[in-house]
Amino acid sequence: MDLSYSDEQKQIKEGVERFVREQYAFETRRKIAATDRGWSPENWAKFAELGWLGMSFSEDDGGFGGGAVETSIIMEAFGSGLVLEPYLPTVVMGGGLLAAGGTAAQKEALLAPMIAGEKQFAAAYVEKQARYNLADVAVTAKKSGAGWTISGHKGVVYNAASADTIFVTARTAGGQRDEKGVTVFAVDAKAKGVSRRDYPTQDALRASEVTFADVAVGADAVVGEVDGGLALFEGVVDRAIVAMCAEAVGCMDALNKATLEYIKTRKQFGVPIGKFQVLQHRMVDCFTNAQEARSMTLMATLKIDDPDAATRKKAASGAKVQIGKSGRFVGQSAVQMHGGMGVTDELSVSHYFKRLTMIETMFGNQQHHLSRYAGLSMAA
Amino acid sequence: MDLAFTKEDLAFRDEVRAFVEAELPADVRDKVAKGKHLERDDYMRWQQALGRRGWLVYTWPKKHGGPGWTVTQRYIFENVCADMNAPGIIPFGSKMVGPVIYTFGTDEQKATYLPGIRESKVWWCQGYSEPGSGSDLASLRTRAVRDGDHYVVNGSKTWNTMGHWADWIFCLVRTDPDSKPQEGISFLLIDMKTPGITVKPIIMADGGHEVNEVFFDDVRVPVANLVGKEGEGWTCAKFLLANERLGIAAVPQSKRGVDAVKKIARAENDNGRPLIEDASFREKIADLEIQVTALEYTELRALSAMAAGGAPGPEVSFLKIRGSEIQQRITELALEAVGYYAMPYQPALLWHGANEEPIGPEHAHTAAPRYFNVRKTSIYGGSNEIQKNVISKMVLGL
Ligand SMILES: Cc1cc2nc3c(=O)[nH]c(=O)nc-3n(C[C@H](O)[C@H](O)[C@H](O)COP(=O)(O)OP(=O)(O)OC[C@H]3O[C@@H](n4cnc5c(N)ncnc54)[C@H](O)[C@@H]3O)c2cc1C
Ligand SMILES: Cc1cc2nc3c(=O)[nH]c(=O)nc-3n(C[C@H](O)[C@H](O)[C@H](O)COP(=O)(O)OP(=O)(O)OC[C@H]3O[C@@H](n4cnc5c(N)ncnc54)[C@H](O)[C@@H]3O)c2cc1C
Repeated sequence: MDLSYSDEQKQIKEGVERFVREQYAFETRRKIAATDRGWSPENWAKFAELGWLGMSFSEDDGGFGGGAVETSIIMEAFGSGLVLEPYLPTVVMGGGLLAAGGTAAQKEALLAPMIAGEKQFAAAYVEKQARYNLADVAVTAKKSGAGWTISGHKGVVYNAASADTIFVTARTAGGQRDEKGVTVFAVDAKAKGVSRRDYPTQDALRASEVTFADVAVGADAVVGEVDGGLALFEGVVDRAIVAMCAEAVGCMDALNKATLEYIKTRKQFGVPIGKFQVLQHRMVDCFTNAQEARSMTLMATLKIDDPDAATRKKAASGAKVQIGKSGRFVGQSAVQMHGGMGVTDELSVSHYFKRLTMIETMFGNQQHHLSRYAGLSMAA
Repeated sequence: MDLAFTKEDLAFRDEVRAFVEAELPADVRDKVAKGKHLERDDYMRWQQALGRRGWLVYTWPKKHGGPGWTVTQRYIFENVCADMNAPGIIPFGSKMVGPVIYTFGTDEQKATYLPGIRESKVWWCQGYSEPGSGSDLASLRTRAVRDGDHYVVNGSKTWNTMGHWADWIFCLVRTDPDSKPQEGISFLLIDMKTPGITVKPIIMADGGHEVNEVFFDDVRVPVANLVGKEGEGWTCAKFLLANERLGIAAVPQSKRGVDAVKKIARAENDNGRPLIEDASFREKIADLEIQVTALEYTELRALSAMAAGGAPGPEVSFLKIRGSEIQQRITELALEAVGYYAMPYQPALLWHGANEEPIGPEHAHTAAPRYFNVRKTSIYGGSNEIQKNVISKMVLGL
């Protein structure tokens, strides 16, 4: 067993960390967040040039042959700087769907330009009534000639406003919560009938409500199998969960570093507040939480490509529960130990806290994944 | 021992209900029910209605113009007001500086300031904390130097809640830099319109503006505005903080908060069924409700001891700690309940009259901002760590 990074992986890690350190100061991030787009095209071009957009795809798919470990390395560094560029929806989700289920033609038309930095993606799967159940799909796709007609509403679609292609889950057969009968479609974001309401999110990203009004797509828009899209989509969401866990680990480390620095320098009662044992112990608990989060993320990163779906799901859910718990503790503690400064917009502390909070919610909160994990664990 | 209210208490409850029904402006009530931000005028309209009835300063004794209520009456009043979605009373005048003035002030000060507080004609704010002096308040450095019959004040205060709406500020200032930290402090009343005062907003994590920095640049304050003796302001400060503790548990608000979480959980769906039918989520709500009940009965025990003439016991000190933790837990559960629709950021919707359409369900858009904002309750008014230090020292003798 070897849990250390290879030389190539170390190089990537150093590269992404350097970018975040040198080009993603908190004030720079604030400026990027305030733009209409909410991310920087110059940065995106740089990501493409440095190979980060293709890092985790096979060479056959035009990538550099890395995998989940490379994705985690990149996401962790992005987390430490609260990077806003839409790597998760574009590369991990959209790219992931194409790599896992796309035809050669789809890969050529979409994946290759994505890796080159020319196309961005979004994944539309949230429905108001569905909460975190990916099988609860009310958006429909009806056969129409050789193609399909998609209708319905998806919510909280990250990066929809910048996406060239929106991957949408739609019901092609069965009842509203049946596992079979869900199909994934690649829809041109500018297709007739696609309309959006765009908005910023609590953590300064961009999302949209997307309505599909009789959107006509060809047979070639189907990604993976007709009626068999749920398994494909779940697999990609599990991979996205692990990537996001790595981002959270980066957030927690940065937050712990900032808090440690603060309690060493902020003086009250004539001493640095870090001299008070209650804060020392809380800081230790923060470190322990971050360690556990890192360990669970590593475990999940290494198991996420396991051919056994149950193993993969358990790994993703286990990591997500730990991240939710640790992220909440580290976030709340950082705010508390910063005193009044912690609840202001001015310091980065509250922004890390907000991102960690949204990560806890995204793809299912602690409760959801605890019960998914319990189901898998007790079944075995 | 008896849990039931007397006939008189029940009659009083009906009287309060009828009053709130008649006097609480409907738009204000609606804002509170929906968790929106309130404007200065919203607070003022409600507080002035209370003031006209003589109920705004409901904790004051009769001889200073209070209603002279029993502790049971106060309890009933607070609960009815919270149940009927009345805004919380801004404490700076009625619960903080007012009692300081009638306890330590001169007759002239009482005549000058108390009517404005009783009637809510004057908005007060609190100038205690400074950038370098938070938990360690006695290290404060804002200077007041005597010049004839004025003090000249220089320095800055921070975390000043609603100071941008205030007419007056009560400040702790250092009048003697050479004595022990707690001895050279004085309690000054300062008109916010005095030249040399600048108020600068601090933006909170949820995007809202509720606190400020206040700068004093050669601000001339008449010596007549000194409350108590020069150099003895720490006595006033401590008296005020002790007064602040009671009622800070926010039990009535938390009871309403638990109801709100239940309502959200009834409206949200999980696998085609209301979230409230999910066993683990129900249990979380039940656990919270039990915590609120424990807090409520702790507060009732303290009130009952006070009614019997006793001093409030050590329980009072941890009302703040548990009260703030419970308020925070409520926001955590609300956030969990709304799921993905906690994510859209629509700050305008926190204000009434915003004509933006909510992105998710009506109950969802306040969940995240509240969760972020309510982290403050374990920090302000003396952080929970500081409260625990006080209990361990004063109560447990450690
Ligand atoms: C089942 C068992 C088996 C053991 N086996 C062995 C053995 O084989 N050989 C051997 O030599 N010893 C053994 N020990 C002893 C063990 O190492 C001591 O019990 C331990 O170091 C704690 O010391 P103490 O019991 O004197 O508690 P104390 O040191 O008196 O501590 C009491 C409490 O105060 C806390 N405390 C103390 N100092 C601080 C501080 N600075 N800050 C915060 N909190 C503090 C402690 O955490 C503890 O909660 C054993 C103990 C147990 C219970
Ligand atoms: C929303 C809000 C509104 C406020 N409104 C007002 C107002 O209107 N007027 C006013 O004067 N002030 C106000 N305050 C200030 C408030 O009282 C202070 O923020 C509070 O006392 C903490 O001080 P600090 O922020 O400087 O934190 P610090 O004192 O720097 O504390 C930082 C951390 O260290 C911990 N700590 C400090 N000392 C110790 C110790 N001895 N032992 C253990 N832990 C310790 C604290 O608990 C905290 O976790 C407000 C604050 C907030 C956040």
